[in-house]
Amino acid sequence: MNNKYHPALFWFAVLNVVATTLLIGLGGLVTSHEAGMSVPDWPTTYGYNMFLFPVDKWVGGIFYEHSHRLLASLVGLLTTVLAVWLWLKDPRKWLHWLGIAAFLLVIAQGVLGGLRVRWQMDWLGVPHGAVAQTFLVLTCAIALFTSRWWQNSETEKQIPVPRGLRRHVLYVTLLIFVQLVIAATMRHQHAGLAITDFPLAYGKIWPATTPEAIASYNAHRPPGTIGNPITALQVNLQMIHRLVAYAILLGVAAAAMLARKKLGGGDWLTRFAFFWLGLLALQIILGAATIWSNKAADVATGHVMAGALALLAGSLWWLVAARRTRLAE
Amino acid sequence: MKKSLLLLLLGVFAALQPARAGDITGTITLKGTPPAERELTPIKDDPNCSAMYPGALPTTHFYVVSSGGGLADVIVSLKGISGKSTGASAAPVVLDQKGCLYVPQILAIQTGQKVIVKNSDPCVHNVHTKPAANTEANQVQMPGGADLTFTFDQPEPFLKFQCDVHPWMFAWVSVFDHPYFAVSDKDGKFTIKNVPPGKYTLEAAHRKLGTQTAEIEVKDDGAAQSFAFEVK
Repeated sequence: MNNKYHPALFWFAVLNVVATTLLIGLGGLVTSHEAGMSVPDWPTTYGYNMFLFPVDKWVGGIFYEHSHRLLASLVGLLTTVLAVWLWLKDPRKWLHWLGIAAFLLVIAQGVLGGLRVRWQMDWLGVPHGAVAQTFLVLTCAIALFTSRWWQNSETEKQIPVPRGLRRHVLYVTLLIFVQLVIAATMRHQHAGLAITDFPLAYGKIWPATTPEAIASYNAHRPPGTIGNPITALQVNLQMIHRLVAYAILLGVAAAAMLARKKLGGGDWLTRFAFFWLGLLALQIILGAATIWSNKAADVATGHVMAGALALLAGSLWWLVAARRTRLAE
Repeated sequence: MKKSLLLLLLGVFAALQPARAGDITGTITLKGTPPAERELTPIKDDPNCSAMYPGALPTTHFYVVSSGGGLADVIVSLKGISGKSTGASAAPVVLDQKGCLYVPQILAIQTGQKVIVKNSDPCVHNVHTKPAANTEANQVQMPGGADLTFTFDQPEPFLKFQCDVHPWMFAWVSVFDHPYFAVSDKDGKFTIKNVPPGKYTLEAAHRKLGTQTAEIEVKDDGAAQSFAFEVK
């Protein structure tokens, strides 16, 4: 099919990606500040129409939660316009449905966030976090598919990417998604830091989780720790989060090495794989800094955003590699 | 006639007899120096709150100790008693939001007893209960808004009230299904009134220092039992 590049549509899709990335960051600030329940009603805000809530009442936790809702509304609007625009202007049927999928996902995400507040169910925050990451990947994929580069590359000569390398990247990306679900579960336990040191854990490679040990950890938590007492489950969850992080780092390092071996050091995908590796290294440093700073809100939010970008990098790499291979074959 | 008069006199005599119940009294003390309280610097995030503190900011009040070593905010209660709540007819207790803090920070109530939450501040609060055994609630309270009423059906220790708008605001309410409990005052003293004679386990619970128990016998003239917590 002969596609036509629409610059306005592409840049609008990019705008949606930027707004979504900021929205994930703002969502991270909401949980980092434990402000998720600071606005008890939804879709109203303290009885006001959300869009008419007086600015002088945007204080404390309300600031983060209300800003998050307003930006989410903007992303919802952008996604709706994008879906309609794609349907009307783009000739690719599958892209029409991808726009509809994004629209449905953003609606579902809004409802999930609202129900999380209305039903006071912490666990709903976990799918809310997971859908946010999925939505970011989807909006970014739409921006990629509407780009001039994507549409022009159909006529260019392509170098295929070996199947083994593509599979490897896909599995590592899926592992990152699992890791983000684990992370969302940790964040929505509202227990602050279950383990307060790094790289060791309570001075050991694997900490004790007997009732006596947990009681001792709770009794000696750093001054100022906000949140519920920690449990053995939370300690084990953070240890799993650490182990999976190391596995992902090794997986991405292997992907970068494999890409250099199979595609050559000058290939765009090899360079992007090394960028991905750098992002993972930064993410592990941010994870450590989250612990060392006693979960400072800005550091913890940076950790959330770097995690989202790591998932996005793996997804985009795989999409581009799959397309290149299809065109080459 | 004489028989009726005799019965009437016996009834009056019985009614005038004091109930066979005594008070448990005691003092809670703290040995050692508790960790320093933390200044509530996040109060600066809300100008409505910080305006109420033109001087020094308030601090946490985890360890309220008198000059004589008396420890306040310890909940003392009888263990192993259930189904004796008189909460439905008991006077409500008041939890105020004042200076962007909960006052008092530690409370004890019976199941079915009302907790009236007031907002004396010039700013909005959300009153969010985080129970383990009871139903969670989260309600808006505007400045000058109507009082909120909470009741709890199940006993549980240190049920948390929090304001998510102001993440330093916490209160803890222990819920019992009997009336035999007290919260130690600023001098560490407590009195549990009208306890029927018998042998009991008395528990003293501090949110940071844990719990201690003692076996006691309450007689017609009551009983005395003190506890000494230690900072480790």
